[in-house]
Amino acid sequence: MRDALAILAKDLRIEWRTREGISSVFVLGVLLVVVLTMAHDPSPETAPTLAPGVLWAAFVLTGMLGVQRGFLLERENDCLAGLLGAPVDPAAIYAGKLAANVVLLAVMQAVVVPLVGLFLHVDLAARLPALLLVCLLGFASLATLFGALAARVRAREVMLPLLLLPLLVPLLIGAVQATRAVLVGGLAGASGGLGVLAAFDVIFGVAGWLLFAYVVRD
Amino acid sequence: MRRVLPPLTGLAMLAALVLVFLLVPTEADMGIVQRIFYFHVSSAWVAFLGFFLVAGASAVYLWNGAPTADRLAYAGAEVGVLFCTLVLVTGPIWARPIWGVWWTWDPRLTMTVVLWAIYSSYLMLRAFGGGDAAIARYAAVLGIVGVLDIPLIVVSVRLLRGIHPAVITRTQGGTGLADPWMRAGLLVSALALILLAAWLVDLRVRGAQLEDEVAALRREMDARRGEVA
Amino acid sequence: MIGPPIRAERLARGFGGVRVLTGVDLTVAAGEVVVLLGPNGAGKTTLLRILALLLAPTGGRLVLFGTDATRAPAALRRRIGYAGHEISCYPDLSGAENLAFYAQLFGVAEPAARIARLLAWAGLDGAGRRPVRTYSRGMSQRLALARALLHEPDLLLLDEPFSGLDPDAVEGLQQQLLELRAAGHSIVLATHDVDRAAPVASRIAILHRGRIAWAGDGRADDAAVIVAAYRTIVAERA
Repeated sequence: MRDALAILAKDLRIEWRTREGISSVFVLGVLLVVVLTMAHDPSPETAPTLAPGVLWAAFVLTGMLGVQRGFLLERENDCLAGLLGAPVDPAAIYAGKLAANVVLLAVMQAVVVPLVGLFLHVDLAARLPALLLVCLLGFASLATLFGALAARVRAREVMLPLLLLPLLVPLLIGAVQATRAVLVGGLAGASGGLGVLAAFDVIFGVAGWLLFAYVVRD
Repeated sequence: MRRVLPPLTGLAMLAALVLVFLLVPTEADMGIVQRIFYFHVSSAWVAFLGFFLVAGASAVYLWNGAPTADRLAYAGAEVGVLFCTLVLVTGPIWARPIWGVWWTWDPRLTMTVVLWAIYSSYLMLRAFGGGDAAIARYAAVLGIVGVLDIPLIVVSVRLLRGIHPAVITRTQGGTGLADPWMRAGLLVSALALILLAAWLVDLRVRGAQLEDEVAALRREMDARRGEVA
Repeated sequence: MIGPPIRAERLARGFGGVRVLTGVDLTVAAGEVVVLLGPNGAGKTTLLRILALLLAPTGGRLVLFGTDATRAPAALRRRIGYAGHEISCYPDLSGAENLAFYAQLFGVAEPAARIARLLAWAGLDGAGRRPVRTYSRGMSQRLALARALLHEPDLLLLDEPFSGLDPDAVEGLQQQLLELRAAGHSIVLATHDVDRAAPVASRIAILHRGRIAWAGDGRADDAAVIVAAYRTIVAERA
């Protein structure tokens, strides 16, 4: 739908203008990978086993912050009222915001994944793109829905992780298992994890689509 | 219906206690500790029922905005978390003598913790999300998303590598219920806890209703006082 | 869709138990400027947001242009322009980019031309390309008004449009509102500033304690009467 694309374009243009979101999410991603790695202090032999966990933990944590920013944007100057006053279906707002978050997260991954590869002596790049995309979509679906929700409640900085993290457990498990399987043997072994991820994407993509209106409209 | 519930619950609990502690035979492998199983498993069932109640009531609330549906959802979450906590407490008590550890990342245990976390966050949202009238709506969205997550959690935790290679599931206690006394024990315990949960939910819903009525009266008084002055 | 722009009956709205609007009856005809006066906290913003279809009333009935407000909201939204307390424009985008975005959402025909014309009308020609973050208060207000007018709405809803404006800007805005009125637009303007709003009004209504406590009969010249009535009503609240 055209409205969703307009919203996506608007968000990307703002991001491009300020580069605030991308750079902070990025730096934070790197920091998290470093901190998580150092906390484990792995030897060169054990480092590769840490890679899936570190990668996805860093992804989830920084992803949440990135998504939160996207909605704080709409709170400034009450831009949300402008959006809702327009003849736009809330589902289209959801789609637009979702797409913008996917792009932001993809860019972040493009940096974090090679870094994890570098720090933990793993070659992730070649086999992962499709896997990354599947994870991104699922994560972004839920995060966009709850990002909008958390933006409107008190204690929002702590509320978003509090609400989102338990719900993301299946995604995290699926992603880590699939990544581990891919590193060891190739895509075949990852079918279990990929199955969960795909189901996650579908279920919460649809749920987000349907429920977003309840979160956004008064 | 309402007045019958407390005495009925009392009776059922009494029956359960008598059965579980006096009439049911001691399990061969695990000994006396195994008697926790009846309340442990029943609590788990009740917790699940609670979470489904949350989802159902939340959906109804989103559909028609009825305050009763909202109160039911909140009560369901509270009772669900309560019983889920009981599961997480009785589990280790049972596990320690049998397995030698308090905890293991077995699929069922992991799932229970995650569910506990999801519905605790629901309670956090309602308690600390602020007094905005829309909180009920947000909580309803969370309630529905939570229940949608359940099948995904069930499937994904099976992918986890257990610390104990031999996965010790509760089916050991479940399918091993050859003895009819044991079956009766489980059923009666379950019934007792379900009745207890229903009573608690009812109390909670009524409490919430009374709170709302008091608040409305108070506002009415304030308005009247304002007009007279 | 035909019918008076606004016909509101017994509108009510509460927030978390506090009843802000207790029963508002309001009818606005085409080409009327209704000024909604009231002290802070009277419910003006809430009422405007309900009229702008941004908030659902908890009681009562709202009919806009002959259509029940709970049905066909998208089509109705095209005929409403709302400028609230906040400007609803993205600070990091330029004025022109903001307008272009909204033009897309509202399906405005020939957007580029319309935007250029509006920016000129609002006195923002040069500034149109600078980020909204750099605008002065007056400039932001004018941009917000331009945004509200972008899709040529039949009904304009303004919340405290005069706040923070210097005398020149106030005069300019008053002039613009009179022009719009002459062109047949209906306007509902909420403010607590009696003096600035009176000159542009066809009719004045005073909102107090969630209800319309007093409504003028259409002669905007009776500024003194209005001011007196307003002060009396507000003084009653103790």
